[in-house]
Amino acid sequence: MINYLGRYLLSFAAILLIQILVLNNLNLGGYVNPWLYVLFLLILPVEMPGWLLLVIGFFTGLLMDLFLNTIGMHTAATVFLCFLRPSLLRIFAPRDGYEPGSLPTRAHFGLAWFMKYASLAVVAHHLFLFFTEAFGFSKPGATLSKTLLSSAATLAVILLAQLFSSQQKRI
Amino acid sequence: MRNFIRFLLRYHLFFLFLFLETISFYLLVNYNHHHRQTFLNSSGRFAAGVLQISSTFSDYFSLKRANEELSRENAFLRSQLPSPEHFEADQPFGPGQAPATLNYLFRPARVINNSVNKHHNYLTINRGESHGIEAGMGVISARGLVGVVRHTSKGYATVISLLNTQLKISAKLRETDHFGSLEWDARSYQHVLLNEIPAHAPVAVGDAVVTSGYSSIFPENILIGTIEDFELNQGEGFYVIRVKLSIDFKNLTHVEVVEKIDREEINELEKLTEND
Repeated sequence: MINYLGRYLLSFAAILLIQILVLNNLNLGGYVNPWLYVLFLLILPVEMPGWLLLVIGFFTGLLMDLFLNTIGMHTAATVFLCFLRPSLLRIFAPRDGYEPGSLPTRAHFGLAWFMKYASLAVVAHHLFLFFTEAFGFSKPGATLSKTLLSSAATLAVILLAQLFSSQQKRI
Repeated sequence: MRNFIRFLLRYHLFFLFLFLETISFYLLVNYNHHHRQTFLNSSGRFAAGVLQISSTFSDYFSLKRANEELSRENAFLRSQLPSPEHFEADQPFGPGQAPATLNYLFRPARVINNSVNKHHNYLTINRGESHGIEAGMGVISARGLVGVVRHTSKGYATVISLLNTQLKISAKLRETDHFGSLEWDARSYQHVLLNEIPAHAPVAVGDAVVTSGYSSIFPENILIGTIEDFELNQGEGFYVIRVKLSIDFKNLTHVEVVEKIDREEINELEKLTEND
């Protein structure tokens, strides 16, 4: 666990910088914005206790909100995702359970497994995010299409990030 | 009691989840309705510092456009200068006869953060309290109206963009001076809606929409955009006009903050009248 701490801090900083400096300035058609930072919450160790996951999710979201001037919006969505994550992992668990020390990444469980897991998580997160954003608005159609388009963009960026990350059983 | 504690322990994750979501939504709602959260937005020192560094790099990519914009503004300002013979013919400005533009101070600023794809869009500019910027001042650019300053820190300020459903601005038709209120419908970053123009006003596609000058935020006749289409709201006798913005919010770099010099005097006077 301690061994992972440095690597996680590094990947956290890298993901956050890419998100803030590159992706947030990339307005594809005014609707679509990839939220790569979700990846950081997806690849935390399987055995991480639920409360720690929620707390990490809360502060990750808050940090994003500070940069985006949307205090509370991303925080609510990341907390929701972190609450959902243990159940998601249970759905996709291997037949004889997770080995101790395994990480929910492509390196550990293969690309197909990872993309299935990531798709469900990203769609859930974006759905929550965009309905929170539309707070007080009643245009479910627009919000849904925004969710789907942005989810596709996020997944594409996450796939790229996973392809570039190491194949070894590290992060 | 023991059962209650057992219940709490069993579902502790769910309660932590509820607790954190409550905080999130409290922040969300509080931030949208009150103006107190100055320290939690991007005029905060840390976030603004990072954004400033990022913008020093990205500014190089838009040098060409920035030059064009500045030269356009130069041309506009030159056209505002009175010609020499003008001075001789007319009497000099006496007290109280100064032209309307003299009542305003313009301070240049650079946009270091901007968004167009949310319901509530904000900009961050690199001028703040130490440069004399205060909340409530107007922000314009060479091509048109941008927004209103919301929060300030020492060196930075955040601006409610015109593309923010919370902002309403008093605007009028340049041809006929009929005025109405302008707001964004969160659909396209190139269009806003002008409401409350009475049905008897002559409205035509292509007419210019400018600021009315009735609020003490913006000078009169700052361009906002041109009429793209309109429809008459039969029941109420008002036009709903779709205005194409003259300004492209997607490539905004240089703006000016407008201060009305007599703003406080006017506000005090109006408050006095309201109290009667």
